[in-house]
Amino acid sequence: MTNLDPTANGFDMMVDAPVPPRFRIRAEATTENLGTVAPQNGHGSIAHEVVFDSQAIDVFYGAKQALKDVSLRIRRGEITALIGPSGCGKTTFLRSLNRMNDTISGFRIDGQILYHGHDLYGGNVDHVEVRRRIGMVFQKPNPFPKSIYDNVAWAPRNLGLKQDLHDRVEKALRGAALWDEVKDRLKDSALGLSGGQQQRLCIARAIAIEPDVLLLDEPASALDPIATAAIEELMHTLKGRFTIVIVTHNMQQAGRVADRTAFFSLDTSEAKPVGALIEFTDTGTMFTNPADPRTRDYVSGRFG
Amino acid sequence: MSGGIPDPTAPLTPSGNLRRRQIVSKVTEYGATAAAVVAVAVLVIVIYSVVSKGAAAISLDFVFSAAPTGVGPALLGTGVIVLIATAIAMPLGVLIAIFLTEYSGNRAAGPIRMTLDLINGLPSIIIGLFIFGLLVDHKQQSGFAASVALAIIELPLIARGSQEVLLLVPHSMREAADALGVARWRSVLTVVLPSALGGIVTSTILAVARAAGETAPLIFATSVFDATTFSVNPFEALPNVPVTIYTLSEEGNPEGFTEAWGLSLVLISLILFASLGARALLARSKRKLAS
Repeated sequence: MTNLDPTANGFDMMVDAPVPPRFRIRAEATTENLGTVAPQNGHGSIAHEVVFDSQAIDVFYGAKQALKDVSLRIRRGEITALIGPSGCGKTTFLRSLNRMNDTISGFRIDGQILYHGHDLYGGNVDHVEVRRRIGMVFQKPNPFPKSIYDNVAWAPRNLGLKQDLHDRVEKALRGAALWDEVKDRLKDSALGLSGGQQQRLCIARAIAIEPDVLLLDEPASALDPIATAAIEELMHTLKGRFTIVIVTHNMQQAGRVADRTAFFSLDTSEAKPVGALIEFTDTGTMFTNPADPRTRDYVSGRFG
Repeated sequence: MSGGIPDPTAPLTPSGNLRRRQIVSKVTEYGATAAAVVAVAVLVIVIYSVVSKGAAAISLDFVFSAAPTGVGPALLGTGVIVLIATAIAMPLGVLIAIFLTEYSGNRAAGPIRMTLDLINGLPSIIIGLFIFGLLVDHKQQSGFAASVALAIIELPLIARGSQEVLLLVPHSMREAADALGVARWRSVLTVVLPSALGGIVTSTILAVARAAGETAPLIFATSVFDATTFSVNPFEALPNVPVTIYTLSEEGNPEGFTEAWGLSLVLISLILFASLGARALLARSKRKLAS
């Protein structure tokens, strides 16, 4: 179960497959698949393939507990938004999904996160391999101080995907809706791009290695409304090709882009407040008919 | 006084002990300024005396031909010794810097940084003695022994300097590289190091400048040499600048003294140009990182 062998789960990670595996998986999704949710669990009548199955996650930074008892399932091909006030553990949870927290001293995680049925924190799981499949885009655009082309080509080159590199770069830049703006200046420094362009370049860089999942940590929070609209537009085109998990402060943004939304908040019932998952449901339900009064207060703008 | 404003309507001239505090403040300011002026003055005086006393000796023949008319072999020998020293110290120093910034935790980095600072503070005569016992005693003097001694002197300078520029590479670069599933050594090699290259080259040049003038270890390692022929063979004693300056100044005739000043002038110019060039390079690469 802890083996992160790509073929173990009935799909092979890209490499030289003519059709991206993501498209095939949907057709292949069956109940025998390890990560499939049985329909009777209340998530609707269609069997959804589960990418992440977080089971009672507790996260600690040293003595401080950041997250308590988070259980949620993230489905393949959907956009899942994580919303909630600052400091409630959204980003911590997101970074736990591709083990970006590993390097933070004092970080500890209890419980289990299954990724396609494999324990993400299992003994023989390599965190480099995890991140190769689960890409991440950060809050602040962080292009390398290299040319636009080299930014996108860097990861494929270093992962040995050197065949048809130019096509790969073009495809990634087109995928990130940036190609038309930069095709005539691919050799220029990426640092000369605007903030919004830089962020789309970071998305292009992430999708150039065709990951299975894209984690977006408030990708538009440092951008102006027009650039934000471009990013949101882009997310719609990426939906289906990738499983996307996005952290956002902006509730309207979650409403516009996400299929399902998780509301995190601080659980103040204990001595020290700790981040907790309050509610996780369809985005429509979340905003029109939330079950928990705390969710209702948040989405109606009463706090946060 | 009770501590409040004495009289809000009084004219706005200094009151209370403000006058005394202003005097202390002025004295401090002038004292600090004077100290800075002294530092610059020392450099100016040294350079002035070297130039005024050494300029007479400078000629193409002096710089490029062998003894007795010139010091060419010493300049070549110092070049060879420092080159080998840098070839030893630079890879090691950069690797140590990479270890400190990219791999070690704080617990390991602290003692190693302290060790480097201690090596940096080691008197060069001690290093010379150590190398004498290790590579010269019961063997023979050699340029290589001098190179090893100078490498020990260069190592902490290169390692600490490189470490400082590596720390300037934003953490977000490493995070971006990590998130792409690329192994750490590859991101270090292709993202972190290229960004810091300017600073690494600079700290190396500064270390070279420092090593080129070190005298004490060379007296142990390579002081009995033939200054009449050009040699680049590091396995024999090589003529070199510091020892040549020393022996020239010990000569009984005034000509030797002028030549010692002349060679000092050559050395100080080389070091000065190298340092200035290195600092310009460093400033440029820092600006590039900041943007």
